[in-house]
Amino acid sequence: MKSVLRQFKRISLALPLAMTLLHGAGAETVARYGISMADIPLTTGQPDRGAGAYQFTGHTLYDPLVAWEANIGTRPGKLVPGLATGWKSDAKEPKKWIFTLRKGVKFHDGSSFDADAVVWNLDKVLNDKSPQYDAKQSAQVRPRIPSIASYKKVSDTVVEITTKDVDALFPYQLPWFLISSPAQWEKLGHDWSKVAFQPSGTGPFRLDKLVPRERAELVKNTAYWDPKRLAKTDRIILLPIPDALTRANALLSGQVDLIETPPPDVLPQLQKGGFKVVTNVTPHVWPYHFSTQPGSPWTDIRVRKAANLAVDRDAIVKLLNGLATPAKGQLDSSSPWFGKPKFVIKYDLAQARALMAQAGYSKDKPLKAKVIIAQGGTGQMLSLPMNEFIQQSLAEVGIAVEFEVVELENLYLHWRSGAKADMNAGKGITAINLGYVTADPFYALTRFIDSRYIAPNGVNWGGFSDPKVDAVLDQIRTTFDTKKQDALLASIHQTMVDQALMLWVVHDVNPHALSPKVKQFVQAQHWFQDLTTIGM
Amino acid sequence: MPVYLLRRLLYTLPIALGVTLLSFLLVYLAPGDPLNAIAPADAPAEVVSALKSAYGLDKPLPVQYGLWLARAVQGDLGVSIASGRAVRSEVLSAVRNTLILAAFAALLGMVAGVVLGAIAGNHIGGAADRFASGLSVLGVSIPHYWLGLVLTIIFSVWLDWLPAMGAGPGSSADGGNAWAWDWAHFRHLILPGVTLCVIPMGIVTRTVRALVAETLQQEFVTALWARGLSRLAVFRHVAKNALPTILAVTGLQLGYLMGGSILVETVFAWPGTGFLLNTAIFQRDIPLLQGTILVLCMFFVALNLLVDVLQPLIDPRMRRI
Repeated sequence: MKSVLRQFKRISLALPLAMTLLHGAGAETVARYGISMADIPLTTGQPDRGAGAYQFTGHTLYDPLVAWEANIGTRPGKLVPGLATGWKSDAKEPKKWIFTLRKGVKFHDGSSFDADAVVWNLDKVLNDKSPQYDAKQSAQVRPRIPSIASYKKVSDTVVEITTKDVDALFPYQLPWFLISSPAQWEKLGHDWSKVAFQPSGTGPFRLDKLVPRERAELVKNTAYWDPKRLAKTDRIILLPIPDALTRANALLSGQVDLIETPPPDVLPQLQKGGFKVVTNVTPHVWPYHFSTQPGSPWTDIRVRKAANLAVDRDAIVKLLNGLATPAKGQLDSSSPWFGKPKFVIKYDLAQARALMAQAGYSKDKPLKAKVIIAQGGTGQMLSLPMNEFIQQSLAEVGIAVEFEVVELENLYLHWRSGAKADMNAGKGITAINLGYVTADPFYALTRFIDSRYIAPNGVNWGGFSDPKVDAVLDQIRTTFDTKKQDALLASIHQTMVDQALMLWVVHDVNPHALSPKVKQFVQAQHWFQDLTTIGM
Repeated sequence: MPVYLLRRLLYTLPIALGVTLLSFLLVYLAPGDPLNAIAPADAPAEVVSALKSAYGLDKPLPVQYGLWLARAVQGDLGVSIASGRAVRSEVLSAVRNTLILAAFAALLGMVAGVVLGAIAGNHIGGAADRFASGLSVLGVSIPHYWLGLVLTIIFSVWLDWLPAMGAGPGSSADGGNAWAWDWAHFRHLILPGVTLCVIPMGIVTRTVRALVAETLQQEFVTALWARGLSRLAVFRHVAKNALPTILAVTGLQLGYLMGGSILVETVFAWPGTGFLLNTAIFQRDIPLLQGTILVLCMFFVALNLLVDVLQPLIDPRMRRI
């Protein structure tokens, strides 16, 4: 009898445990992610709302031909094979690029990925005569793939893309170009607004549900072609919560499991509550971009250097509760394109004052400058307090800054127009404060220093022009050896810093706050993040 | 009465036309480019100009207004530049969410306002009056945004009683985002509703206080007391006299709540018209902005009309106007 009772006791103890384990094995793992956007980015193929949106509805649902390595956090990522297993420029005709496509890849709808799909997608965004042309998707990606002149299918697994000029940096443009399913568009009656709710890509997640402005639910694509990027969580629910404090409150109250960009003021409370704050080097810089047009007070290199030496960046980092790193140039010093600039950016009031004195200015006889800034917005960090700090810092060395404060959308208009435009020069505006993405050579360097991109042809806002720099840029475009290319890019960055083309203040660190439920999350050194690394 | 109704209905037409004109033009007064909703900040000039043409934004403003109005009267408010979704469906789903929130807040505000106002009006100068009047002043003065955050910190973060944001569970597992009158959804309504109700509560309290105090001084009330009516019976007469004004004030408050909840909806990520307007404003999504403003204004016009129609039914004196 005793043994029967013992047996019963064992079973009664083991049964609930076994039931729990069984239930646990079958239960769906869910991560609820509070994102800072006011709406879910476009889901049709090319996300809107900037580089930060690609992690949500871009590289989750879709794949590019050439991908960015975003599942590593300990070093800067690099270009890696995506839907193309290889790419090379033709030795005889370097404008021609041959892409070998990955075999056996299926879209979420079951149709096959092949060269026809690539050409169809290029038409979708570049050929406004094609039936699948979508102005919205085109507007998002066209500025990011400016080099493409033409393209054609060579075979089912080979595509040829020809660039306008020889451009060795062309592969860096391709992580922005994502491939969606032609079959799904056919199936949904050629209607992109329907595709938005039932998109089909080849990515590691499928879209299970979209409620505009409320949520998007991504479910793991168990048949994903890259086993290394199989999602660690079954379902990721994206919840748009644009207000930073509301996001933090949602995390603190357990309504979400992770958030991006927690407000600096809440960090101590989050850390005290057992939440983990994750940051990393991020390709972003918060600068004053100077006008080098005649009449601008910044044409004098001594003034530009003095401004860079007048700012105590550590104090600004403190103001942001540690959510930034001091800038020593356009790029973080760990970047392979940082180089060895001779002008070392640091806080040195004495040197700054000396340079201003040489230029003929002092605290009592200040140089006047007008800077256009935004009230706030994406990438602008704590715009107004940071700008006020810089205003006070520059006043210490004899630069009296006056602000023109506008909304971010309006600031973009001033940016696109260039320093020379009447809306800037006509109003005495000689510098602009706008957070820049510095993710690849074009975004970080070329677009700001190449004379061919002087606004309105591009965003060389200040109008910097130097034939020697242009010659190096030409050399970069024709250098296909990555190491040599990196060395040349570093020399461009050195020039930018030595010329003190901007007043570089801080780099964002793209903070994320995670609840203890989130066991794994790799934060890449990029705006592209890989949500497959989230593990619960 | 029919003439009165007809006249009120006719007044509505020029108001509605004026509303469409203002809704259309106001958004163009703000600085910024409508194509910021769709084009990246560094889009080259040719991409921007191709988009302008694709969305008809290169046409003269009067032509754009004419085309927009012609479509709007047929119920077509165009397509959002940013999302590509039909503005009508975007606005209608947001209006439904805001209506739930505004009606709840208006009800809370009205009930609390009537009770506090009646007590205060009945005890002018007393402690109850000072308490109710103090609450009413606090209600109209307190910043919504701040109150919302404080309530969230107390009831969501510290006490963990109520959710901090959103309009309900809405996951695929529980049948979508449709609002349901169950606890799982209702608990999401409480904090934004309480935050939003403080202004109508303050206004209704002040109105009711003044009305009750004034009515209690009138001769017919003295006559009622003289006839030996009970306190409750006298109060019923006072309430009947005050009701038309309370109705008009509450109706207007509901209208204000429909359009004025941008901050509260943003703080609580409540997917209503305020949240929608906030998104549309920052993206310069002109069709969405115009459609939302138009629908909210027309709602306000319709609400005023409804109040004007209801008032003569409650107060026979109005029928003589």
